[in-house]
Amino acid sequence: MEVSLSGSVRDAVGGLASVEVEAETIRELLTRLIDRYPKLEHHPEEGIAVAIDGTIYRDSWETPIPEGSEVFLLPRIVGG
Amino acid sequence: MNDPKYTGQEFKVVGTRVKRPDGLDKVTGRARYGADMSAPGQLVGLMLRSPHAHARIKKIDASKAEKLAGVKAVITSADLPDLTGGNSGLYDTLENCMARDRALYDGHAVAGVAAIDRTTAKKALKLIKVTYEKLPHVTDVDEALNDDAPIVQPRYAQDGRHGNLINKGEFGHGDIDKGFAEADVIVERSYKTGQTHQGYIEPHACLASVSPDGTGELWVTTQGHFAYRNNCAQLLGMDIAKLKVTSSEIGGGFGGKTHVWMEPIALALSRKANRPVKMVMSREEVFKASGPTCSTSMDIKIGAKKDGTIVAARAECRYMNGAFPGMWGTLGGMTAFACYNIANNKAIGVNVLCNRPKVAAYRAPSAPMMAFGVESTIDQLAKELGTDPVELRLKNVAKEGTLAPYGPVWGPIGIEPTLEAVRDHPHMRAKLGKNQGRGVACGFWFNIGGQTCSDLNIGPDGTVNLTVGTIDVGGARASLALIAAEELGIAYEDVRTNIGDTSSLGHNDTTEGSRGTFSSGMATIFAARKAIDVLKERAAKMWQIPVEAVTWEDGSAHAVGNEHDNLSPLTLKDIAKKAGNTGGPIAGHHEATADGAGVSFASHIVDVEVDPETGKTTILRYTVVQDAGKAIHPDYVEGQFQGAAAQGIGWALNEEYIYGEDGRLQNGAFLDYRMPVCSDLPSIDTKILEIPNPSHPYGIRGVGETSIVPPLGAIGNAVSNAVGVRMYEVPMSPPRILKALDDASA
Amino acid sequence: MAGVHVTTTINNDPVEYVCPADESLLDVLRDNLGLTGVKEGCGTGDCGACSVTLDGQLVCACLVLGAEAEGRTITTVEGMADGEKLHPLQEQFINNAALQCGICTPGFLIAAKALLDENLSPTETEIRYALAGNLCRCTGYDKIVKAVQAAAKDLRKQNKKKK
Repeated sequence: MEVSLSGSVRDAVGGLASVEVEAETIRELLTRLIDRYPKLEHHPEEGIAVAIDGTIYRDSWETPIPEGSEVFLLPRIVGG
Repeated sequence: MNDPKYTGQEFKVVGTRVKRPDGLDKVTGRARYGADMSAPGQLVGLMLRSPHAHARIKKIDASKAEKLAGVKAVITSADLPDLTGGNSGLYDTLENCMARDRALYDGHAVAGVAAIDRTTAKKALKLIKVTYEKLPHVTDVDEALNDDAPIVQPRYAQDGRHGNLINKGEFGHGDIDKGFAEADVIVERSYKTGQTHQGYIEPHACLASVSPDGTGELWVTTQGHFAYRNNCAQLLGMDIAKLKVTSSEIGGGFGGKTHVWMEPIALALSRKANRPVKMVMSREEVFKASGPTCSTSMDIKIGAKKDGTIVAARAECRYMNGAFPGMWGTLGGMTAFACYNIANNKAIGVNVLCNRPKVAAYRAPSAPMMAFGVESTIDQLAKELGTDPVELRLKNVAKEGTLAPYGPVWGPIGIEPTLEAVRDHPHMRAKLGKNQGRGVACGFWFNIGGQTCSDLNIGPDGTVNLTVGTIDVGGARASLALIAAEELGIAYEDVRTNIGDTSSLGHNDTTEGSRGTFSSGMATIFAARKAIDVLKERAAKMWQIPVEAVTWEDGSAHAVGNEHDNLSPLTLKDIAKKAGNTGGPIAGHHEATADGAGVSFASHIVDVEVDPETGKTTILRYTVVQDAGKAIHPDYVEGQFQGAAAQGIGWALNEEYIYGEDGRLQNGAFLDYRMPVCSDLPSIDTKILEIPNPSHPYGIRGVGETSIVPPLGAIGNAVSNAVGVRMYEVPMSPPRILKALDDASA
Repeated sequence: MAGVHVTTTINNDPVEYVCPADESLLDVLRDNLGLTGVKEGCGTGDCGACSVTLDGQLVCACLVLGAEAEGRTITTVEGMADGEKLHPLQEQFINNAALQCGICTPGFLIAAKALLDENLSPTETEIRYALAGNLCRCTGYDKIVKAVQAAAKDLRKQNKKKK
C-alpha cells in the first residue's frame, strides 16, 4: 500500500512524498514506519493523523485500513 | 432555511430553538466565572513581568518582598524544577509560565507573589529586584529571518537553516512549474497580516488550592480542564488523579484558553503558602502574555487558462509563532487552497520565532491569513481574466471526489453549495452607491473530534442528568440536551446538561476545533442508546417478558407480538420510578475517540463604504453562508457564524498588535486595540446549509470556526471594488487605506 | 490606609461598607459585597462589563470609587428582576439567544435598561450607539440588538396596559 506523506512527516523520512508499507490497521502502519524511519519515533506523541479514504483519524489506532484505500499521514490538527 | 436537497433525517426536537439551561443564571448575574469563586483564607496572587522584549535574567532578589508583612509566598523559576522529562512542548509551557534564564518577550512572567490582599501583593512586586541584561530582540516575522537577526530560542536552532526558522510544512500535489507554464494569466502578490488577540472579555482567572498531602483543586476559566489538569500536574510533580480541576463558566476563549498560562504558578504559590490562591489577569496582562495569534507575511501566485481554469497555485506564508514553536504554519499550509480543485498546487507554511508572546490557537487557527492572500489574489485573477469572481470560484470549486490539497479525497462537502447560495442571494443584486463596493470570499476549516466521554443518568422521576467533559462556551448544554432528548424520545425540559469536573469523568480533550457539539453530541447519542438498552431490560422485567420482545419508541417501551397485546407502553418515567426494584439506577455511558469530524466551508458577501477623506471603511451589509452539517440549535449556530464574522471584520479593519522599536507592546488595552463595537457593525445575515457529515449519526460537522476565515479577503475585495485600491496588508486601517489612495492618485 | 465609611442604596437595599479611599466601586461590589454579577473585563472603562447605574446614570463601576457611592443609588444586574419576575430585557436576552458566553451580558442588560428607561422606542441605530460602550466578542451584536428591540416592544405594551 502506498502511504502519502506531508509536512514535517515528510521531513522525517528524508523528503519522500510517499512510501510503500503493508499494514492492516493504523497501529501497524505507524509501528512499521517507525521501524523503518526511526526519526518518526516522536511523531505519534507530538501529533500525527492518518487520513483513510478522506476521513481523518487522530487517535483511533485500531481503525482498519481496507485494501486499496488511499492513505495519508498528516500533522495532527488543533483548533480554536 | 434547510434545503431538503441535502437533509436526510427527520428530527423531533433537534433543530428547534429552545431556551438554554444556563440562560437564567447568566441574565441574573448568578453564573460563576473564573474570577467569581472564593475560598476560605484565600490569598491574592500577582505576577511580576519582564519590561524587556529579550533579556538575560542575571539575578532575582526577592528577600525584601518575602519579608514584607502579609506576603505568604514568592515563586521564581528556581521553585519550578524541570519535571518535563524531555518533552519539549511541555518544557516550552513551563518556560512560558515563568521565564528561566531569559525573558523572551515584553510581559513574560519572572516571579509570582501571594499575599493577604491586593495592596500587599502589589507592594511585594515592587520589592522584587530583578537584574536584567538586555539582549537584542526581533518582533517582525520577516526581520526575524534576516541573517543578522537575534536568535530567539537557541535550543531550536538547527544546522542548515536560520535559527529562528523552526520548520516548513509543505502540502499540495501536481507539478506547479508545469502548471504555471500552461497558464495564460498569472497573478503573483505579497501580503501581510497583523497579530490579533482572541479578545475574550473575561481575563484568565483561577482559584488554586494545594494541600501538603499533595492533593489539589483548581477552579479555572478554561476550554480544557482535563488538559489543564494534566499539564499542571506534570509541571508540578503532582499525581493527576489528586488534582481536581473544575471549569468555571467561561467568558470566551476562541482558542486562547486552550493552554495553561498562570495556573501552574497559582498552584505553586498555593502549595508554598499552604493557602488557597486566587489569580486574575489584568487586561494588559491578557494582551501581553496570553494567546495572541500569528502575524504573517506571504507570497501567493495563481495561474489560470483564458477559460478560467486555474492550472497552478503556490503559496508560501511565514507565521510568527512568538517565542515558542507551534504548528501554525503547518495548519496554514493545509488550508490555503482547500476550497478549490487545482491540478497543480503547493502551499508552504513556515514557522518563525520572534520576541513576542507564545501564540495560541485563535478560531480556525492560521486559516484566515492564508485565505486573505488567496482570496485577494483570486479576485485579481478574475479581473485580469475579465470574469466574475464568484463564477471563477465556482468554475474551480472543490467537490466530492476532488483531491484535497493536504492529501485525502473529499467526501460530501459544502463549498459549492455555499458559493451557489452566495451567487443566488438577493444581497448580490442590491444597489451600491458612490465609494461603495462588494466583496466575496470563501473559507475552510477542518474541525476535529478527539477523546470524549459522557454520562447519562436517569433520576427516579425520569428526568435526566447528562454530564459531559467538554465546556460550554456558547450554548452547547442546550444542544446536547436536545440530542439526549431526541434519542430518548423525551422532552427537552426533562434533560439537564452539566459540565463534569475532572474527577467525575474520564479524560476529555479540550473544547477546540469546533469539536464540542460534534464529539460530545456523538458520545451523548451512544450513551443514550446504552441507557435505552437498560430501559428495555427493565421494562422486560416489569412485564416479565423476554427483552427481545421490547422496543423503544417515542420515549416508551413497547411490548411487541400478539401475546403481549394486553401490555400498554411503559414510559421512561414509569420505568425510572421502579428502577430500585428492577436492578438499581439506570444510566448510559460512552467513552470513545470521536474521529471523523466533518470539514466545513463558508462563503461570505460584504458591502463596504470607504470614506476617501479619512480612509475609514464602514461595513454596510454582511451575509454569511456556511455548511453546518446539521444545526442542532439554529440560534446558536447563527450566533457562531455572526460572532466569527465579527471577529474577522475586526481583524480586517482595526485589530493589530503594535510593537515599538523597544520591542514592547504599545496597545495592550481595549481602547487602543480596537475591537468592533455595536455601532461599528450592521446586522449580520446568516444562511445555514446542512450537508450532513457522513461520519456523525446526526450529520454534525462543527460550526464554530470557519466563518472567521473569509472576512479578511472579502473585505479586501470589497474595498478594492469600492475605491479601486488593492490592500495588501491587514488591518486595512484608515491610515493604510489613505496611503493606498494617495499612492494610487500620485 | 484609613477606610472610608459609606452609606448607600444598592438594588433598593440600604448598604453600609468601609473601603479604602482608592478602592473602585467595582472591587467593592465584587469583593466586599459579593455582587459578582458585575464583571471585570478591563478595569479601564473600555469594555462595559462592569456597567451599573449610579442615580440612574450609566457608569463603569471600575471608573467610580467606592467612596463616591455615599448617599447615592446603585443598580446592578442582581437588582433587575422583580422577585421571580425577570425584567423584559432579561427575558428577551434568553429568548433571542443574545448571549453566548454571557460574561458581557450583565453590562449589556444594565446599559440597555439605561437606554429604555429614557427612550422606549429607540431606532436600531440608537440602540447600537447606546450599547457602543459595551464589548461583546461572541455574538457580533445582532441578536443583542434584536433582544433589546423585543424588550422595548414588551415594555411599550406593559405601559399601555398600565394606562
